[in-house]
Amino acid sequence: MKEENRHITLETKKLYIGYVSKKNETIVSSNINLELHEGELIGLVGANGIGKSTLLRTLTRVQQPLSGSISIHSKILDAYSPLDLAKALSLVLTETVASKNLSVFELVALGRQPYTNWVGNLSETDIDIVNTALRQTNIHELKHKKCYELSDGQLQKVMIARALAQDTSIIVLDEPTTHLDMYHKAYILKLLQKLAKETNKTILFSSHEIDLAIQLCDKLIVMTKDGIVTDSPKSLIQQGAFNSLFPKDLIIFDEVTGSFRVNK
Amino acid sequence: MPTTKTYKTPFLVLALSLIAFFFLNISLGSVHIPPKDIFNSLIGGVLENKSWQYIIHDYRLPKAITAIIVGSGLGISGLLMQTLFRNPLAGPFVLGITSGASLGVALVIMGTSAIGGVFASMLISKWSFVLAASLGSFLVLLTVLIVSSRVRDTMAILIIGLMFGSITAAVVSVLSYFSSAEELQQYIFWGFGSLGNLQWDELKIFVAIYCIGIVFSIASIKALNTLLLGENYAKSLGLDIKRSRLIIIISTSLLAGTITAFAGPIAFIGLAIPHITRQVFHTSNHKVLLPAVFLFGAIIMLVCDSIAQLPNTDYTLPINAITSLIGAPVVVWLLVRKKKMVF
Repeated sequence: MKEENRHITLETKKLYIGYVSKKNETIVSSNINLELHEGELIGLVGANGIGKSTLLRTLTRVQQPLSGSISIHSKILDAYSPLDLAKALSLVLTETVASKNLSVFELVALGRQPYTNWVGNLSETDIDIVNTALRQTNIHELKHKKCYELSDGQLQKVMIARALAQDTSIIVLDEPTTHLDMYHKAYILKLLQKLAKETNKTILFSSHEIDLAIQLCDKLIVMTKDGIVTDSPKSLIQQGAFNSLFPKDLIIFDEVTGSFRVNK
Repeated sequence: MPTTKTYKTPFLVLALSLIAFFFLNISLGSVHIPPKDIFNSLIGGVLENKSWQYIIHDYRLPKAITAIIVGSGLGISGLLMQTLFRNPLAGPFVLGITSGASLGVALVIMGTSAIGGVFASMLISKWSFVLAASLGSFLVLLTVLIVSSRVRDTMAILIIGLMFGSITAAVVSVLSYFSSAEELQQYIFWGFGSLGNLQWDELKIFVAIYCIGIVFSIASIKALNTLLLGENYAKSLGLDIKRSRLIIIISTSLLAGTITAFAGPIAFIGLAIPHITRQVFHTSNHKVLLPAVFLFGAIIMLVCDSIAQLPNTDYTLPINAITSLIGAPVVVWLLVRKKKMVF
């Protein structure tokens, strides 16, 4: 592995995440030490309610960590201005866009907002970047369509294109495969793998498609009640990290096929 | 290139129609004045007929300018509300902003007698109207916004707006119960809406406040476009949501508040104009929509005012009735035809 030579884009040290309410502190997950590199596709897996969203929200500064540090390009996350952060990290959220009256091109072009002038005029470079993003996600022929004309799968590709147009070294996606059929689930994750390779971006996504993630990701972050393990899918299987993911009475992990099956 | 699509032709057509309807509006009225003389007078010539000169210069011209300000201002404030509240049915009237302004005016006209008759006559001036109406609309807008940050459901926000309308109506009923016939009449006439009550010196102030509102709305173009993605995406693009929201609200309350103060509560223009514009321009880009809404709003208000004049008769219909008669069916038609209103 030549991982050591690659640039670290996102790093956490002794990170504690959770919620603070009045006098109560709820720790969702503790002592998280992550190192994400450029060109890596990283899947974040875990059972419902284990804190995947909390982790992603903390990493993207939507909420504050309880303690510990997060840094992007070796610079502490809190030191970023909102605009600088928007140039370093882009998001694909589970919520749909507010206005479906936007055309595909317009929506993807909104990814250029951090770079445009006060009225949002697109320069030649901006338009080139938007077109490249549309081509990389194979939706160039959809660019004049309105968003309300698109299927869920197409819309997800548009949202990924928008994140690409934002031209950040890190893209974080919150469950990009929900609501999609099996083909489109595989398609989207395969697309993310291709994009990570081609553009050398760090792409981090949370997902319940553990078997697909095992096949496609460079690295997996497995969240369980006992803590967080991060490694390549192969060595995670060897460590038996997936066995403790769910209660064993119903589904068990088959190490040979790399997938879960129902315990009959 | 879809972005370099400049919409030159529709803008040119709209600009020319605006000029045409502006002249038409000035030509029509209870007194017939030959078009040649109207044109002469408008380009600065002096007419031999002094009463014609007076009618054009001190009545019809300020009225036409007021119509342009009212139509474009309400249209733009409706556009801003629809994007800010992510709701195609939002508008100054629906969200209770006009009601807030009405309450302010009602308090000035009728509430002063409750405070004491001595100050009453001093307080009732156009300026106290403007101040009270702007303040009223700003407070209602702020309240709706605070509520909407707690209630995520867009339907609930509209219902809250309607409730504000009811509360206003109730307070106005209570006030009118205790007020004199003259005060009541004054409020009712204000409620009909009127474009023709403005003198030049009032119009100057009106234009100045309107321009401030427009400048704020132009400054919000980029923020409005970003907000089309939803607030979380807008935040992830580095937008300062709180600041942008405040600027949008100030712009709307300045526009809707002063217009309501000067011209009365004018319904449906704010809601209908942005939708009519979207039918023609097929875009959500505020850089295109803002000037287009300006032109459409101005034209439609001029048309409404020309109809309200009932040309060649001595009667003038309340402008509020005309805008409702035209605006309400348009909104219903859009809902039925498009099934789903988009913004």
